[in-house]
Amino acid sequence: MSKWIEVVELNKIPVLGSRLIKTREMDIAVFRGSDDQVYAIRDACPHKNGPLSQGIMHGTSVTCPLHNWKIDLTSGQALGPDEGCTNVFAVKVEAGKVYLNLD
Amino acid sequence: MLKENLVLIGNGMAGVRTLEELLKLAPDQYNITVFGEEPYGNYNRIMLSPVLASEKTIEQIMLNDEQWYVDNGITLHKGKKVEQINRARREVIATDGTVAKYDRLIIATGSLPFMLPLPGADKQGVIGFRDIKDVDAMLDAARRYKKAVVIGGGLLGLEAANGLIKQGMEVSVVHLLDTLMERQLDKPAALMLQKSLEERGMRFLMEHSTAEILGGERVTGLRFKNGSEVKADLVVMAVGIKPNIELGKSAGLHCERGIVVSDTMQTITDPKIYAIGECVQHRGIAYGLVAPLFEQAKVAANHLAKHGIARYQGTVTSTKLKVTGIELFSAGDFIGNDTTEDIVFKDAASGTYKKIVLQDNQIKGAVLYGDTVDGSWYFQLMKDGTDISAFRDTLLFGQAHLGDSGHNPETRVASLPDDAEICGCNGVCKGDIVKAITEKKLFTLDDVRAHTKASASCGSCTGLVESLLAHTVGGDYSKTPTSKPLCKCTDYTHDQVRGGILQHGLKTMQAVRDHFEWTTPDGCPSCRNSLNYYLLCAWPTEYVDDAQSRYINERAHGNIQKDGTYSVVPRMFGGMCTSDQLRAIADVADKFQVPTMKVTGGQRIDMFGIKKEQLPAMWKDLSAAGFVSGHAYGKAMRTVKTCVGSEWCRFGTQDSTGLGVKLEELTWGSWMPHKFKLAVSGCPRNCAEATIKDFGVVCVDSGYELHIGGNGGIKVRVTDLLSKVETEEQVLEYCGAFCQLYREDAHYLERTAPWVERVGLDKIKQALEDTANRKVLHERFLISQQPAQIDPWKQRAEGAEANEFTPILIEA
Ligand SMILES: Cc1cc2nc3c(=O)[nH]c(=O)nc-3n(C[C@H](O)[C@H](O)[C@H](O)COP(=O)(O)OP(=O)(O)OC[C@H]3O[C@@H](n4cnc5c(N)ncnc54)[C@H](O)[C@@H]3O)c2cc1C
Ligand code: HEM
Ligand code: SF4
Ligand code: SF4
Ligand code: FES
Repeated sequence: MSKWIEVVELNKIPVLGSRLIKTREMDIAVFRGSDDQVYAIRDACPHKNGPLSQGIMHGTSVTCPLHNWKIDLTSGQALGPDEGCTNVFAVKVEAGKVYLNLD
Repeated sequence: MLKENLVLIGNGMAGVRTLEELLKLAPDQYNITVFGEEPYGNYNRIMLSPVLASEKTIEQIMLNDEQWYVDNGITLHKGKKVEQINRARREVIATDGTVAKYDRLIIATGSLPFMLPLPGADKQGVIGFRDIKDVDAMLDAARRYKKAVVIGGGLLGLEAANGLIKQGMEVSVVHLLDTLMERQLDKPAALMLQKSLEERGMRFLMEHSTAEILGGERVTGLRFKNGSEVKADLVVMAVGIKPNIELGKSAGLHCERGIVVSDTMQTITDPKIYAIGECVQHRGIAYGLVAPLFEQAKVAANHLAKHGIARYQGTVTSTKLKVTGIELFSAGDFIGNDTTEDIVFKDAASGTYKKIVLQDNQIKGAVLYGDTVDGSWYFQLMKDGTDISAFRDTLLFGQAHLGDSGHNPETRVASLPDDAEICGCNGVCKGDIVKAITEKKLFTLDDVRAHTKASASCGSCTGLVESLLAHTVGGDYSKTPTSKPLCKCTDYTHDQVRGGILQHGLKTMQAVRDHFEWTTPDGCPSCRNSLNYYLLCAWPTEYVDDAQSRYINERAHGNIQKDGTYSVVPRMFGGMCTSDQLRAIADVADKFQVPTMKVTGGQRIDMFGIKKEQLPAMWKDLSAAGFVSGHAYGKAMRTVKTCVGSEWCRFGTQDSTGLGVKLEELTWGSWMPHKFKLAVSGCPRNCAEATIKDFGVVCVDSGYELHIGGNGGIKVRVTDLLSKVETEEQVLEYCGAFCQLYREDAHYLERTAPWVERVGLDKIKQALEDTANRKVLHERFLISQQPAQIDPWKQRAEGAEANEFTPILIEA
């Protein structure tokens, strides 16, 4: 059974920006697009673990603040020509609240 | 809006280049029609020499095939010669009766080979060397006949002669003077050239003047004024070119040697008519090389696109001979006179000769033979008027011998093997670059960058790539255009976008993206940051900064480190401090268990290893002790470094620390296109290293020298002297005005050093020496400083942007 956890109100995430979520196991970045779509991704760049939550978001990807790799927020894949992948998590927005599913 | 009609007469290199530039700036502005007498698309005329030598084919030298005209909606009338321009009705008429109406007209009819008016010059087999038709005639003659004579031992003549030898003909070159290429070479170089051409089988009839061309219907030989004769089945006249001005003249346009144009490339008679290329005379000069024509093209295009900012001011030219295996370069005044000195190197055994002509420690001209790798470097030094006294001793050994160029002495582009790495950042070898240039027909540094990534990163190999480009395509490569699109989301340049922001009162990023038809909905990291800055600079009191369009350092007001922690640098004005301040910093360091502290290069104290969520609390303590943000993380004014100066130093001439503090009080907090550093030294010993800063002050007995555009980074650049002033008030006013000029004019992420080199010191001097203008700039700087000098740390310590610094904790 999947388990949705309420994490934050949507309007507490800046548009085209992110919030950092600390769980017991890892850090997760939750991004909000200009269309209010929300994405959750492990806060570790596949390159050298750069904190993606601190990067600049554009479209549906984020540019890592350390060495400018571009990571697709929907898949966690690094965009060409770089290669690598980090985890993404299911998220949904209901009644202005963001829910995260870590399964 | 109804489109205007633009007609181009002459489908050659200059004309079509103008269209290409125009399409880049304003793709939809005109209905374009082109008339070309030759029955082809547009081809690279200078490559006719390699075609003649069978090193290239006609297909390889096509620049724009007919599909290009179709794709760009251009009507091409090929093989149609225009014989009349009716200026009253604004139409042109071709020999076959085709008529085209114009709102604006470009004449680019090039030039004609100068044919000596000798008896017999009209015989079959007597030709010039100008177009594909001439090359075909030469190739045809080579198949059927044996003996060729080329009249004229200049660049064109020798390239023709070389090609004909390659086609198996016996070739003699007739030359009026006793040395070859006298317009490009001095005597020693000319003799070396002659010797190596003779080794390839070329024969020379020096100091011969032709009297008559012999033969019946077809040429059989030449008779000279000294009575001697020589046999010939083919005669190529290459004694010069004359601007093709017939059409211009008949239309009543003022012509001298060429059609006379102004600095905007408009004919002085009729501003609706532009003229460009070899048919033109600009400030008394008619050019015969492509580099100047390409610059003209850019100016004309700019004007046609109604940007109206570019001016053509003439070009300094250089030449290379395109004979494979012979390396030759010349530029400027290579003969010299009483007031110049020569540095000469000659090694007959290896076939190397170099001569550089100097005047007041600046290069006035150069001739290189055998080893021309440094040609483009000398040429650059010459155009820039660089003072070479610092490296005069090693000048002849080339750029590679300069200690700081980062390339080892073996780097000799021409002689490098194909697998030699040129671009260390992207691992691109010489072979890849040469292949891309030839196969993809690249002309510009930008093209090479896009296709190979060479020099696309740190740029330190740019010189090498340019040398390769110059070496591979001859004199016909264009320097990087200074106007690149702002980023991949738009075709508009930084300058166009900035202009638009002011002109159309665009006050949000979305408004800018809509106005300039961005191709992406919310931009990319590169344009988001640029636009945020441009808007902030344009509307300092109105624009609301967008934190999400800033690099993380500026969003978090600290420097992100490799482990994701931040560093904190409190501002210490002028590098001055008190024991109380040091104690306060020490207390903060203890309280937050700072693992590492360091004194920075800019005379500040840096605390490393701070977690993001700790930042606001730490700032609160620093704020309470009177510190503000040091902006060590921002594209912003960073620090003012000072030396002790007259207060203590026995050499000090002025109060350098006091002035440093005042400068920092004036400028702190200012957002800039890139980081910006200042320094004040108390005397010319310059202990504060003010001459590698963006704005440096060197105190002297009689006042203050102001230096700008220095840089101590990857590529060290020493400042240029801006001015000398007498009072501290003047220093402050100049400083504010300079900051504002830089803020308003430089591209985002362009430091002052490359900015000064791009726009030129003169322009900056002019802007700042004009007292009224300086005061206006300074005033604008002060206005922009009002919101900027609200301490970002204090705001955040008091709760602003709390979300940015507060992680969400969840039990999972
Ligand atoms: C063999 C050769 C080698 C060269 N090598 C070099 C070199 O290494 N480096 C360098 O910088 N330069 C070199 N040049 C010079 C360079 O090619 C010219 O400077 C350049 O092509 C001039 O461009 P343009 O547009 O002014 O004229 P062109 O390219 O000559 O174009 C003019 C065009 O207008 C057409 N035309 C003329 N009158 C009419 C009319 N009434 N109606 C319709 N069409 C008309 C002509 O047919 C021609 O196609 C070389 C030239 C030649 C011939
Ligand atoms: C003729 C040559 C020079 C003389 C006579 C000279 C003399 C001095 C003196 C007297 C001081 C002040 C010491 C003090 O009380 O703090 C000083 C400081 C300093 N000098 Fe020099 N110096 C010379 C050249 C240089 C050069 C070439 C550099 C660096 C490129 C340099 C870098 C410095 C620095 C960084 C300081 C410390 C300034 C400060 O932070 O206060 N000096 N020098
Ligand atoms: S620059 Fe001059 S005044 Fe300043 S410390 Fe050095 S010697 Fe003294
Ligand atoms: S020189 Fe290099 S390693 Fe040192 S601080 Fe600068 S970027 Fe980092
Ligand atoms: S850690 Fe993300 S790009 Fe290097």
